[in-house]
Amino acid sequence: MGRKLLLEHINVPGINTFDVYRSKGGYASVEKAIKTMSPDAIVEEVKKSGLRGRGGAGFPTGMKWSFLAKPEGVARYLVCNADESEPGTFKDRYLMTYIPHLLIEGMIVSSFALGANTSFIYVRGEMMPQIRILEKAIAEAKAKGFLGKNILGSGYDLELYVQPGGGAYICGEETALLESLEGKRGNPRIKPPFPAIAGLYGCPTVVNNVESIAAVVPIVNEGGDEYAKLGIGRSTGTKLISAGGNLKKPGVYEIDLGLPVEEFIYSDEYCGGIANGKRLKAVVAGGSSVPILPANLILKTVNNEPRLMSYESLSDGGFVSGTMLGSGGFIAYDEDACIVRNTWNFARFYHHESCGQCSPCREGTGWMEKVLHRLEYGHGRQSDMDLLVDISKKIEGNTICPLGDAAAWPVASAIRHFRDEFEWHVTNASEATTRNYGLAHYADPLPKLETA
Amino acid sequence: MKVTIDGIPVEVEPGTTILNAARQIGGDIVPPAMCYYSKLEGSGGKCRTCLVKVSKGSEKDPRPMPKLVASCRTTVMDGMEVQNITSPEVIEARKGVVEMLLINHPLDCPVCDQAGECHLQDLGFEHGAAKTRYEFDRRTFEKIDIGDKIQLHMTRCILCYRCVFTADQITNTRLHGILNRGDHSEISTYISKAIDNDFSGNIIDVCPVGALTDKTFRFKNRVWFTKPVDAHRDCDKCCGKTTLWYKGEDVIRVTGRKDVYGEVEEFICNTCRFDKKKTADWVIEGPRKISHKSVISSNHYEFTPLPVVKTNPVLMEANKEQFERDTRL
Repeated sequence: MGRKLLLEHINVPGINTFDVYRSKGGYASVEKAIKTMSPDAIVEEVKKSGLRGRGGAGFPTGMKWSFLAKPEGVARYLVCNADESEPGTFKDRYLMTYIPHLLIEGMIVSSFALGANTSFIYVRGEMMPQIRILEKAIAEAKAKGFLGKNILGSGYDLELYVQPGGGAYICGEETALLESLEGKRGNPRIKPPFPAIAGLYGCPTVVNNVESIAAVVPIVNEGGDEYAKLGIGRSTGTKLISAGGNLKKPGVYEIDLGLPVEEFIYSDEYCGGIANGKRLKAVVAGGSSVPILPANLILKTVNNEPRLMSYESLSDGGFVSGTMLGSGGFIAYDEDACIVRNTWNFARFYHHESCGQCSPCREGTGWMEKVLHRLEYGHGRQSDMDLLVDISKKIEGNTICPLGDAAAWPVASAIRHFRDEFEWHVTNASEATTRNYGLAHYADPLPKLETA
Repeated sequence: MKVTIDGIPVEVEPGTTILNAARQIGGDIVPPAMCYYSKLEGSGGKCRTCLVKVSKGSEKDPRPMPKLVASCRTTVMDGMEVQNITSPEVIEARKGVVEMLLINHPLDCPVCDQAGECHLQDLGFEHGAAKTRYEFDRRTFEKIDIGDKIQLHMTRCILCYRCVFTADQITNTRLHGILNRGDHSEISTYISKAIDNDFSGNIIDVCPVGALTDKTFRFKNRVWFTKPVDAHRDCDKCCGKTTLWYKGEDVIRVTGRKDVYGEVEEFICNTCRFDKKKTADWVIEGPRKISHKSVISSNHYEFTPLPVVKTNPVLMEANKEQFERDTRL
């Protein structure tokens, strides 16, 4: 059984309140950091821990922190990215709902390490309950002297704010998030300059995911070396996985990185296998934006070794036979799942969420959605698969931000691994149109999505 | 800093973008730009037509960049090597961008006032395919009058944001911007307000396609049948340096003077643009030099006989009639 660092006390009644959280050792990292450590020492510990960004990109957090420019007389900011909206990913919401003080504690320690006196938690606008929970937790922490002026008598000041977002997926991209936080339309900025040089209000800024910031707490408490002992290779520590789809026990699990995928799916400790005794057909391992893999490739690598839940193992084989750990949004599909409908559904999402700034993403996502729609509804052609692959290639890598890639990869990988199913939709058009996936209220053709 | 673009080296100042370094060399190796406009701060990076391949990052770090980069927003490093027209990957990506841009831009060049001056038309000609693979409905919009002099035809808009930057940066108030997102995005005014200030007409000049047009000129003539003449006047609001577009004796349009990349040299005020349409209002400087590659040069003005003709008295005599006709024009 893996060690729980973030969710150890998740089932303790009242853990969302300051007193219960404190009684379980909460805020110890703040005391340790502020009283006994220098900001640079904390950054060193995070570097030693090998913690990689848990939002999806997997960039080493300590290294990101060390890039932060520190010009004299200029404010620095820490922004927590809680705009979780990747389809299939719901771990941050879980953490914020049930153990909000862990995030607050991580924010205080991280802000101290980065020399930020004002920090923000940017929460997706729809998550009003979580926003209220966080605001209450902040008020409690402030009342107890862990936030505000002169924290624990150290002379360090920190104001922490919760900012509801605009409710757009693109606002989870770090530069679009900063634009949105500044009160503008959430369009990604063109990089460089990176936020570490010119971020919020043009000042040096670090943007970290909720889980990354929460993970700083055990790293400071126990030391970076101890944290690095967990996990495998360059994938150190534990990871929250939000498991969904046709699983017996969907939910949020904390795993040691390096856990075999097979064990994660089939062991009773985790997902308990596929629901209703069906067979596994495919898995999206890291949220909807990563390539989909068929059962044989998600359980074993091309070298016939067990596939592990780690950054390296999941990406083994590149995009031909591998995928990505991403944000940990693990979606399993059973043998009855329609990959074409699923791919169309993802394409529909990315079309709707494209900000519209750059041409390939703005026009290409809509084009892919329309071709997939016609395939799903029995009007497809054999040439559509090649067309989709070609459109995805024209989008991939040519856009301002990774949303273009996120839209292109699921489509290209679905066709790569399940081309026969797409072809079946063309050759058996009438059958494809009459199947009911529990979405009978959708008429054919679907009404075009109106602008949000 | 030394940068090499398509094998041609050039020395540039630190902070210069790849696109501007290429412009210092000039010629075919200059990447096209639909959204970048050197006079507008923060513009560029959106249309993705200027993508180039950086095959060597710099002398210090010679690793190539993993993805194609937008040349208009990427600054050069010392020793950088860039491929534009020499990279098949770049040409392929650019073709893809043209295809995407043409999804929601109608090919109505025969009735579009921008025909002959349209950057997308040139780009489509150079990189486009004869046939589109897109078969679905295009987005369409009603035409909007933004003020009494400017018409917005959103159907043709490629969302380059140039006009938004112009309104932000050279006019007093920001009255228009982007509504909605994705391919539902549209340029619009705040609840159909008019854009009403002294420099609003410049949004017509910066538009690379025919989405924003001059209502005082619309449908009056094809641009290649007009005679562009440089002129100036004393103006208390702007530089007063313009190009007058003649149809016979009449000035039918006034615009800012545009350089070889289609960017105005200086922005002009609405008084010069819309209200001064008589020759008497202006001091004429002479015919505007138009690139021989432009369709606008198709009928006129400067006729430079080939060197062999110039030096050969027999050919000079044989072409006498032609020379006289060109001089008259």
